[in-house]
Amino acid sequence: MKVPQFSLVFIVCAFLFSAVSGEPVAWGELEQPQEEFVPIDQIPPEDQLPAAPLLIAAYAIVWVVVFAYLWSIWRRLAAVENDLHDLSKRVSGDVKRST
Amino acid sequence: MLLIGLVMFALAPLQIAGAPYESTMGLIQKVFYFHVPGWIVMFLAVFVAGISSAVYLFRQKPLADRLAVAAAELAVIFGIIGLTTGPFWARKAWGVWWQWDARLTMALILEMIFCAYLLLRRYGGPGSDKLAAGLALFGMANVPFVYISVNVWRTIHPSTSVVPQLAASAPGMFGPFVWCMVAFLVLFVVMLVARVRLEAQRAEAERLYLVLEEG
Repeated sequence: MKVPQFSLVFIVCAFLFSAVSGEPVAWGELEQPQEEFVPIDQIPPEDQLPAAPLLIAAYAIVWVVVFAYLWSIWRRLAAVENDLHDLSKRVSGDVKRST
Repeated sequence: MLLIGLVMFALAPLQIAGAPYESTMGLIQKVFYFHVPGWIVMFLAVFVAGISSAVYLFRQKPLADRLAVAAAELAVIFGIIGLTTGPFWARKAWGVWWQWDARLTMALILEMIFCAYLLLRRYGGPGSDKLAAGLALFGMANVPFVYISVNVWRTIHPSTSVVPQLAASAPGMFGPFVWCMVAFLVLFVVMLVARVRLEAQRAEAERLYLVLEEG
């Protein structure tokens, strides 16, 4: 069955609009915006995010990236050195055969 | 040198644990000790890539090209560190993972320029070395704008005055910061040397393939 192009565009637009608009919220349910700076230790406990998991995740990513990159260089170097070893053997074999 | 870098890197969390807490952000501010050195080393890698690319464009020295490729790859690696550690800090300090402000957006563009550089080198075919060198120069020109963006545009990112004034304003944080900075710099130098060696070995392998084909 062929879907008309206009219907397809309408469905895509409707999907995008519903994704962006989200759940309807009554005006009265909206919280009042914060007017001034509130230090982190004065925020209510239910609004506080634990810092330790975020900090550990940040440091873990740095460690993983550094070690993955070092391992990748080591692996690539080993592969090229193997290639070089094989090529040098083949080149020296060719030279011997030609002489 | 790799050992020194890794030992310094391994001991960095102990140094950071001993650093004082920042008064408003608390524990999460300690992301600073990896986030800022990551970006400083990223900028350094971009300058090495940019200057080497200029030398390669105007003097055609193969060593300059190898240095440019190596530094561009490191720019991407340290950029990833900066771009991933930042959002963890932002989530706690700002309440959002990401903000499309001038500093963050320009830093992302800088990272994308060097990703484009690496893609161009890998899939660009013959002549891509010179095209990529031009791209690296544009990447390098972007760095001053990324750096001053926090002073010029309205942004929630801290300004550039934090690090230069750290020794005077927070001496307890300065020692761990210098420790992490040196660890990152040592790792950068080790990785750069190893990566340049890899490019040199690849060039030698290509030369031997040509010798075999001609023979």
